[in-house]
Amino acid sequence: MSLTKEESILEVRNLRTSFFTDEGEVKAVDGVDFSIEKGKTLGIVGESGSGKSITSLSILRLLQEPVGRIKEGEVIFKGEDLLKKSKKQMMAIRGNNISMIFQEPMTSLNPTLTCGEQIAESIRIHQKLNKKKAWEKSVEMLKLVGIPSPEKRAKQYPFELSGGMRQRVMIAISLACNPELLIADEPTTALDVTIQAQILELIKKLQEDMGTSLMIITHDLGVVAEMCDKVAVMYCGKVVEYADVKTVFTDPKHPYTIGLLNSVPKHDEDVEGDLAIITGSVPSPFNLPSGCSFAPRCPSAKEICHATLPELAETSDGDKVRCWIYTDQWEKEGEAVSRHE
Amino acid sequence: MDHQPQLETMAVNPARVGNSKAIRMKSFYKKLAKNKAAMVGAFIVIVFSLLAIFAPLLAPYDPTEMQLSKKLETPSSEHWLGTDDKGRDILSRLLYGSRISLTVGILSTLLGALTGIILGVVAGYYGRWVDSLIMRICDVLLAFPGILLALAIVSVLGASTTNVIIAVAFYAIPTFARIVRGSTLTVKKLEYIDAIKAMGARDTRIIIKHILPNVLSPIIVQSTLYIASAIITASALSFLGMGTKPPTPEWGTMLAQGRSYVAQAPHITLFPGLVILLVVVGFNLFGDGLRDALDPKTKK
Repeated sequence: MSLTKEESILEVRNLRTSFFTDEGEVKAVDGVDFSIEKGKTLGIVGESGSGKSITSLSILRLLQEPVGRIKEGEVIFKGEDLLKKSKKQMMAIRGNNISMIFQEPMTSLNPTLTCGEQIAESIRIHQKLNKKKAWEKSVEMLKLVGIPSPEKRAKQYPFELSGGMRQRVMIAISLACNPELLIADEPTTALDVTIQAQILELIKKLQEDMGTSLMIITHDLGVVAEMCDKVAVMYCGKVVEYADVKTVFTDPKHPYTIGLLNSVPKHDEDVEGDLAIITGSVPSPFNLPSGCSFAPRCPSAKEICHATLPELAETSDGDKVRCWIYTDQWEKEGEAVSRHE
Repeated sequence: MDHQPQLETMAVNPARVGNSKAIRMKSFYKKLAKNKAAMVGAFIVIVFSLLAIFAPLLAPYDPTEMQLSKKLETPSSEHWLGTDDKGRDILSRLLYGSRISLTVGILSTLLGALTGIILGVVAGYYGRWVDSLIMRICDVLLAFPGILLALAIVSVLGASTTNVIIAVAFYAIPTFARIVRGSTLTVKKLEYIDAIKAMGARDTRIIIKHILPNVLSPIIVQSTLYIASAIITASALSFLGMGTKPPTPEWGTMLAQGRSYVAQAPHITLFPGLVILLVVVGFNLFGDGLRDALDPKTKK
């Protein structure tokens, strides 16, 4: 194992979360393993519906029960399994030890409370401060996240701020209690490009200053390259590749990761013709293929890929990949069989 | 009430700074003031409230004082609205009656709304069997015609003004519970509820600080409109002899008493009827205006 257990602040093992709908069970997260080291950043990449957000909600146990349920697995935070905690214990952890930034800054603030009140509230949930002290602290937090004239802004309502400003307020709220782990669920997706860079920079700077570990969920590989130390690539609820950020970009192993990287438009090359795409589409969550979920879209899939799901196995350079290509089995198999839908 | 206009300004201008509460209130008043019908309604409501408050000062006679020598008199300079079958001054009785009608209307609405809000928000927030239980009870209550339910309650509890308030409030519960439940279901799915949950907030805090303020506006509108129907129900109960007992002046009771003299002295029933009509129209116009002013979609 390339990760030593002592260092990791969060370790997710074999997490399985399902949604039970009228049409049947949807395995939104289906055996996810990763860990985050202290002060480091893990990126979780994948397309919509790959189970990224559900993974983060499962960690905080914020799923809409009873529709969504964690079926099995362990979420070890500082040596303790969060899935075994009581409701009350979880409330004490949320916001205080682990907090979360949501995707949509326009809707993730309460429209009826001022920004200052909302930060102060989060502080007062976990710390015994009087109203005045909490207010002072929230003004301080606004200053910390780079909001000009924080005293004035604290008295304003969310609708009076721009999207970028609101996301800064969200960051202030989530960092108000100095959490050890910050989960950012697509923190920049809803923002425009110039603001995205500012927000990422801010998160990175605060992370360094406060020593917070960061789990960043994104579908933007640029964000990953900029922010992360490790990357977990998810497809259909499973981690298909888990590696150092450098390796993912220089030597991607799973065909899905390769496909993802190929489909990023390159600005420095003059490419004629269409953008590279991954053929096919994500299989229906109600009807996942029995083998590797990516097999129907995979250019090198062989018979075994359609039949049996590979394990997330360590390769020679310490990275983990869920693919038959990197097993001894591969050579014994015949030619690639394409089964495009 | 300040939370609502803000929904409206939300999309308008993010650069608006300064004392936002004042700005939002101002825009709300502006909208309301533009609505002539609402202003008429508000005027009626205010006038009747003032009349009710100052009834002892304004009433020319004691509302229960009988002058049998002057019974069934038509309106004159002495008795502006005439006298009833026992020679009591109708104007004075109407003035004092407004105190009872408005109190019953407002108190029963408050009581019913409060209970309904609590039940509705609990049902909407917790869902599952709590929701099913509360909503099924509401369905049962709604299945009764309002006046029948109120009659049943008053016959069990006994006829008195307090019991009328309880009966009318009771019927208000399911209406409010339904409205609040619906809005709660919408609000609880919003991202900021998830966000505050992720900060470790308890359910009670989420409900009181984050859900209730955001579901209040339909309740305010419904309350205003409900006061009108509460006044009607209360008057109807009194008319049927199940409400406020004579000789206490109450509009419904007055209607009932004048009924036997409709042919000889129509003014005994005419004036209480008109007054009920006027107040109810006032509250309805005002309620409709409030709804328009609070609705972010009705922007001109």
